[in-house]
Amino acid sequence: MQGSIDTAQSTINIAQEGAASHHEEHPDHRMFGILVFLCAESMLFMGLFIAYITFRLVAVEWPPAGTPELEILLPGINSLILISSSFVIHKADTAVKKNDIAGVRTWFGVTALMGAIFLLGQGYEYANLEFGLRDNLFASTFYVLTGFHGMHVFVGLLLMVAVLWRARNPEHYSSESHFGIEAVELYWHFVDVIWIILFILLYLW
Amino acid sequence: MTVTTAAKTPASDVPMLLGNERKWTDYFTFCTDHKVIGIQYLVTAFFFYLVGGSLATVMRTELATPAPDIVTPDVYNGLLTLHGTVMLFLWIVPAGAGLANYLIPLMIGARDMAFPRLNAIAFWMIPPSGLLLIGSFFFEPPTAGWTSYPPLSLTTGMLGEGIWIMSILIGGTASILGGLNFLVTILKMRVPSMSLTDMPLFCWAMIATSLLILISTPVLAGALILLAFDLFAGTAFFNPTGGGNPVVYQHMFWFYSHPAVYIFVLPLFGAISEVVSVHARKPIFGYRAIAYSSIVISFLGLIVWAHHMFTSGTPPWLRMFFMITTMVIAVPTGIKVFGWVATLWRGKIAFTSAMLFAMGFIALFLIGGISGVMLAAVPFDIHVHDTYFVVAHFHYVLFGASVFGVFMAVYHWFPKMTGHMINEFWGRVHFALTFVGMNLTFMPMHELGLMGMNRRIALYDPQFTDLNVLATIGSYIMAVSTIPFLINAAWSWRYGPKAPANPWRALTMEWRTLSPPHIENFEELPVLTTGPYDYGLGYIAEEDPAELYEHAVPAPVAG
Amino acid sequence: MNIPSSIVTLLVGIFVTLASLWYGQNHGLMPVAASAEAELVDGLFNTMMTIGFGLFLLVEGALVVAAVRFRRKEGDMGDGEHLEGNIPLEIVWTAIPAVVVLGISIYSFDIYTRMGGLDLMNHNMAPAEASSSVQVAYAPGEGDMPLMTNAANATAEVPAILVADATAGMGAIPGTAVGSLLSIDVKGLQYAFIFSYPNGIIDGELHIPVSQPVELNLGAQDVLHAFWLPEFRIKQDMIPGQDTRLVFTAIREGTYPVVCAELCGPYHGGMRTQIIVESPEEYQTWVDSRLTAMAAGDRTIANLPKAPADRSELEYLNNFVEPMQLAIAPESLAELQTHHTDYSPADYPHAEHHSLEMGS
Repeated sequence: MQGSIDTAQSTINIAQEGAASHHEEHPDHRMFGILVFLCAESMLFMGLFIAYITFRLVAVEWPPAGTPELEILLPGINSLILISSSFVIHKADTAVKKNDIAGVRTWFGVTALMGAIFLLGQGYEYANLEFGLRDNLFASTFYVLTGFHGMHVFVGLLLMVAVLWRARNPEHYSSESHFGIEAVELYWHFVDVIWIILFILLYLW
Repeated sequence: MTVTTAAKTPASDVPMLLGNERKWTDYFTFCTDHKVIGIQYLVTAFFFYLVGGSLATVMRTELATPAPDIVTPDVYNGLLTLHGTVMLFLWIVPAGAGLANYLIPLMIGARDMAFPRLNAIAFWMIPPSGLLLIGSFFFEPPTAGWTSYPPLSLTTGMLGEGIWIMSILIGGTASILGGLNFLVTILKMRVPSMSLTDMPLFCWAMIATSLLILISTPVLAGALILLAFDLFAGTAFFNPTGGGNPVVYQHMFWFYSHPAVYIFVLPLFGAISEVVSVHARKPIFGYRAIAYSSIVISFLGLIVWAHHMFTSGTPPWLRMFFMITTMVIAVPTGIKVFGWVATLWRGKIAFTSAMLFAMGFIALFLIGGISGVMLAAVPFDIHVHDTYFVVAHFHYVLFGASVFGVFMAVYHWFPKMTGHMINEFWGRVHFALTFVGMNLTFMPMHELGLMGMNRRIALYDPQFTDLNVLATIGSYIMAVSTIPFLINAAWSWRYGPKAPANPWRALTMEWRTLSPPHIENFEELPVLTTGPYDYGLGYIAEEDPAELYEHAVPAPVAG
Repeated sequence: MNIPSSIVTLLVGIFVTLASLWYGQNHGLMPVAASAEAELVDGLFNTMMTIGFGLFLLVEGALVVAAVRFRRKEGDMGDGEHLEGNIPLEIVWTAIPAVVVLGISIYSFDIYTRMGGLDLMNHNMAPAEASSSVQVAYAPGEGDMPLMTNAANATAEVPAILVADATAGMGAIPGTAVGSLLSIDVKGLQYAFIFSYPNGIIDGELHIPVSQPVELNLGAQDVLHAFWLPEFRIKQDMIPGQDTRLVFTAIREGTYPVVCAELCGPYHGGMRTQIIVESPEEYQTWVDSRLTAMAAGDRTIANLPKAPADRSELEYLNNFVEPMQLAIAPESLAELQTHHTDYSPADYPHAEHHSLEMGS
């Protein structure tokens, strides 16, 4: 609202007075907003998943002839790492509710590390796959889906780094005010759930 | 420069400051006030309306003769693509968002939207998105239609198509952020005394709209991302040459773009519910039915998309399923139309410009609705799909309802937004010209389509010339009709008589503050004393309550 | 003059009913019905016009009456009646449209079944001839189809790998004897339709005998097209990589337009040809003459885009051929001359750019 108040300021202070008297406690709707946003974001993935399912169902042969088998072991371990990181990040939430900022830093650090390992694992998988993006419909959907998810993991890492950066100041987060931590946690769970669906669709089905 | 407002406190000739003053430069800044953003949206949208309208006028000029003589068929396809995209994504969507931005917090007694900064960010995505798209016309316009079906869209030129995708993705993101903001604001920020069923119907309509935006727009983004991969990375999701399936794109596209039709029209359904009630001085007929039908429409709107694909690669059972869902959607829509007509019935109708546009809205939307039910019938749709009958149908809905609705809303809320009354005489002229031009343009198209004229063509069978000439004349009348509006709006904004707080003596909350409202909307947060449409119960809505001016202070002497 | 409102209602009801019944039969909005399917669709359309026109009269009438009767008097600052709703009335106007649309749905479903829409699967589709690959000279000066960038060969046939069989379109009217269908393959390409007959005839126009069920197997070579016969009320998209199908029976001899109804490029509007419905004898004569020409070594595809029959060719062509020629880059024209030795532009003065070459 800052910009709006400036306008009348130069002449009189009525607006300012008015604004000051009106600063009722503004309830925090940000978590609800994040939740709604993630619902919308999940529709993006739903669209891509359903496209994949449709491609698969109408195809005469799937995966198209000549597609090498996907290796399950490494992505499986990778999935376990990502899924367990969801539990780790929840420890951070528990910690902040006890005003344990050091705990927040530890658990966020561990989660970020696990996320990074996941991304590296995916990079390794990409490097060793025998098909490229343009080889066939399966390959294209594989790369686009996993790549799109990987992008979300990467964004999650950036968010965690941002939280860690802010948490240098022990005053920044408290048991009452920790929107950043909660939001990143929710986002991270979302990324995990998406990965589980994706893993089932691409690797197991 | 400071705009000062002369207050209406009795016996005072001294200029007074009321706390609602804004510099005109605020409208060009990254301002987080929802009222500023609302007006930014509306003015930007109107600019794009003029652009889209000019494109349409060139198209109609071209279609005055069967031969592609005014523009080449290539350019014509660019025109039709840009006309569709600009009108939908840069005019109707931002206009609805503008109204919602301006009105929602005022109607529910909030000081701003839930996320003001996000709101401003969403708005500032629209101009780049629009300028990008319009700019493409000067080097390589996209020419595959606003639906951009592959494989055609993969062959028509990478640059134009890429710009089109980019532009829609930016606009879509803005739309999602806006929808999120509306939903959270309406659900969480009403004054404590206002329950959901005390809300003005506009807010109900915006809940339905926001749900649709949030659920369907991301799927379009998904489709466009895959299309972009096909275009730039050489994948073959939708390219049959590489084993892809173009029909999947159509499904994903229409999963957004059919609900989008309701995104275009639901906000105006909400707005008209306000306008008919106030200007007929009668409660809206069947509040709950109209409110809940918005939600039903938004749910049904999500499961009818394949009726755009009856002649595409759709198996019979799919055709039958989508035929029935599409037919059913006529029921909640009918409830609304009947409710509006019943509101007028035995009311005291004032023929303000807003009311004229509202009645035009109902009259024209009815025609679009009837042809819509016809189109839902698969055997008939197979004949008229992709013909001028469809063009006529959706212009009756999108122009007859959405555009008439936007004009209606502008005439109704102009005093609140600008603090000045708009000239009613020129408003009526505007209405008459628009109504005549609209019907002259689009009514003949029904017959053209039935007789065999397909759409999106720069050259057509000469047997259709007469009706096309008629449509072209109508489109010129429509083009001319914007001139009185433009001049009227600009002139009234500057020189129109000062508007009282509540010129229409309405009962909804946005009229219980100054015109234009305080910077933080209300001096004191209002308490709900009447329902939004409690006319006829003896409540007196004052035009200009004196207590609104209690906090006015004399302006310092200029110098 | 005080007429009881029930009588007024009755009179209005009678007038609306009569008017809509009359209009439903006399709207004159449909072109001539040239197929058995068209008569079914027209019946449905007339019914919907009757209901729609009745609804139109009622609601618009109510609006006009309200506008006249319930004007606000000058200086009247009062409110109207406080009437928040009327539950029985609301139920009525929810139920009536619900019943009406349900009725229309059932009627449409019935028509659709009688047109053969549900009869897609049980047909004997001849395997598409892989040798019918056609190359078209793309009008606006693009050397070859950018669409084909993935394929090594720009003229590669789109593989029909998506679905083995036609899953979309219209089947035969139930009761049609299996095997009695005249099966014709139709290929859509920018900007022409190519019709391949069972006996090897390839033509740019569709000749069919009257009163015999005809099956069209639709395919597209480059982008989406749609095959529309306005006088037959049938339409089906032609999708590259996925065959679709239309079955219909002509009941009226004559020449009617064939129209592409899916945006397929700048000259989409010019992508038209004609369907000629003839008596069985005339049809046979035409088949014989074409077979004779083929035997004589004529390998060209006859009758590429041509003027509809009901106006002079010159008049029609002048309308759009000239701008089309302007759009052809000189180098493409030169290429055409060298490539297509069996093709003489002079034979088809209106369709130079539509030079076609039959595949191997």
